[in-house]
Amino acid sequence: MKLLSGLLSHDRQADRVVPPSGFTAQLTVFTSAAMAFLAVFALALSMASGRLADRWAGALAGTATIRISAPPDQIAAQEAAVLSLLATTPGIRSSRAIPPEEQTKLLEPWFGPGLPIDALPLPRLVELTEGPGGYDGEGLRQRLAAEAPGAVLDDHTRWRRPLAVAAERLRFLGLLSLALIAGATGAMITLAANAALSANLPVIRVLRLVGAKDSYIVRAFVRRFTLRALSGAAAGTVLAMIGVALLPRADEAGGFLTGLGFQGLGWLLPFVLPPITAIVAFAATRLAALRTLKGLTR
Amino acid sequence: MIAFEGVAYNYGGGELLSDVSLRLAPGSFHFLTGPSGSGKTTLLKLAYGELLPTSGHVTLFDKTVRGMTRDDVALCRRRIGVVHQDCQFLDHLPLTTNVVLPLTVAGRSADAGNLTELLKWVGLGSLGSALPPSLSGGERQRAALARAIIMDPEVIIADEPTGNLDWEMSLRLLTLLVELNRMGKTILIATHDLNLIRQAKAQVSTRVLRIKDRRLQLAGADL
Ligand SMILES: Nc1ncnc2c1ncn2[C@@H]1O[C@H](COP(=O)(O)OP(=O)(O)OP(=O)(O)O)[C@@H](O)[C@H]1O
Ligand SMILES: [Mg+2]
Repeated sequence: MKLLSGLLSHDRQADRVVPPSGFTAQLTVFTSAAMAFLAVFALALSMASGRLADRWAGALAGTATIRISAPPDQIAAQEAAVLSLLATTPGIRSSRAIPPEEQTKLLEPWFGPGLPIDALPLPRLVELTEGPGGYDGEGLRQRLAAEAPGAVLDDHTRWRRPLAVAAERLRFLGLLSLALIAGATGAMITLAANAALSANLPVIRVLRLVGAKDSYIVRAFVRRFTLRALSGAAAGTVLAMIGVALLPRADEAGGFLTGLGFQGLGWLLPFVLPPITAIVAFAATRLAALRTLKGLTR
Repeated sequence: MIAFEGVAYNYGGGELLSDVSLRLAPGSFHFLTGPSGSGKTTLLKLAYGELLPTSGHVTLFDKTVRGMTRDDVALCRRRIGVVHQDCQFLDHLPLTTNVVLPLTVAGRSADAGNLTELLKWVGLGSLGSALPPSLSGGERQRAALARAIIMDPEVIIADEPTGNLDWEMSLRLLTLLVELNRMGKTILIATHDLNLIRQAKAQVSTRVLRIKDRRLQLAGADL
């Protein structure tokens, strides 16, 4: 930060010793803008898949359901058997029968309100919450079969695990893209800086002859490229954020595509992209300039 | 201030300068002559650290050039005002900005009064806002001289400073250099202009060095 403010307060006189070079300037601004734009989407992707991964992983760790389908006269007995069995199963923190009103609420989105639930042969549901160590699913299934033949263990693990893994991997790919974008930005700014340096060799020679230190010359170039990268990246970031904000809002079901975006404080995160781009530009230009100067006569 | 000891130099081909020894004492006034292509510019470049000798030692302000970092060289240049033969400027900046450039890169600011006076003195008073490419050869040389002395350097090195000047302007420039020498500056001028040398000899005690057959000699009374 100190570095950046020093850069900004550096006198304008020093800035002017390097002639403005329209083409490399535009190139740097455009590259930074485009890269920041892409970075915002990569960031949104990795955050959305991160949320998804967390949610699914949380669900995995959380609960499972036992469905009891039995003739009406046996169902209460089986439910009691299941509950007492669960109470003695290691790795299960708690269990409870889901009361019919709650079940109605769960089904409402599918069948609409006013469902005559009593008239339907609905299975009884028992929800269990896993303890820290987890439980032995196969063992539980066997004991259930022995003591409550109408009970079926439905642990969501089976179908959710691959999704959680996929989401986790998607988050990683998003972060990897961010790193690649940073690297590509650095490479392109290095190219632009090298072009500007070679175009300005006579200027560098004059500056050296009147007693300029390398650091002075380097600063003049670095300042320019850093400010251009900063402004380009700011523009790209804002445009991309507008793009993300204009995506259709996610409803609570939270489909993946409509969930692509930022939430709450997450909206502040893209604002780190312009400073990071500036830091990348700073480092790339500085390296390029120092290398060029070292190769010149004194 | 500046000393050469057994200095030799070649650009990769044959040796251009051999066994050159030279000592510029503080306050001295030297001319350097020799045929075109004999290595005058090369010798001056060795004297302000742009080139490193192929053998021997060049010492600037008691420091050997070979041991200097790039920053050391930069600091030395602030104590040596140089008028180059090809007078390069920053073509996108006006003359005044170019003239004060040595101060700018050293982080100092110019006294506006001094600058105006200096420009007037070298006859460029009305050209302060002109861009260098629009100047004539002589104007460029005078601007280069102004740039060389604005830092109030201890040593002034000039390569053909009167090459594009008429006689009247050459004399004016010589008078300035003589004045600077009287103020204690060490002066080294490469020139073909024997009239200029004679004129200088009448005003101040000078030594004339000549490059002949790759070696540096003291020219005698034949001038
Ligand atoms: N960078 C270089 N690379 C190779 N050879 C060079 C280089 N600079 C100069 N020379 C050669 O070195 C020789 C001396 O050049 P230099 O410029 O020192 O001569 P000079 O005495 O200043 O001549 P003039 O009076 O014409 O200015 C010339 O033959 C020139 O061609
Ligand atoms: Mg020459």
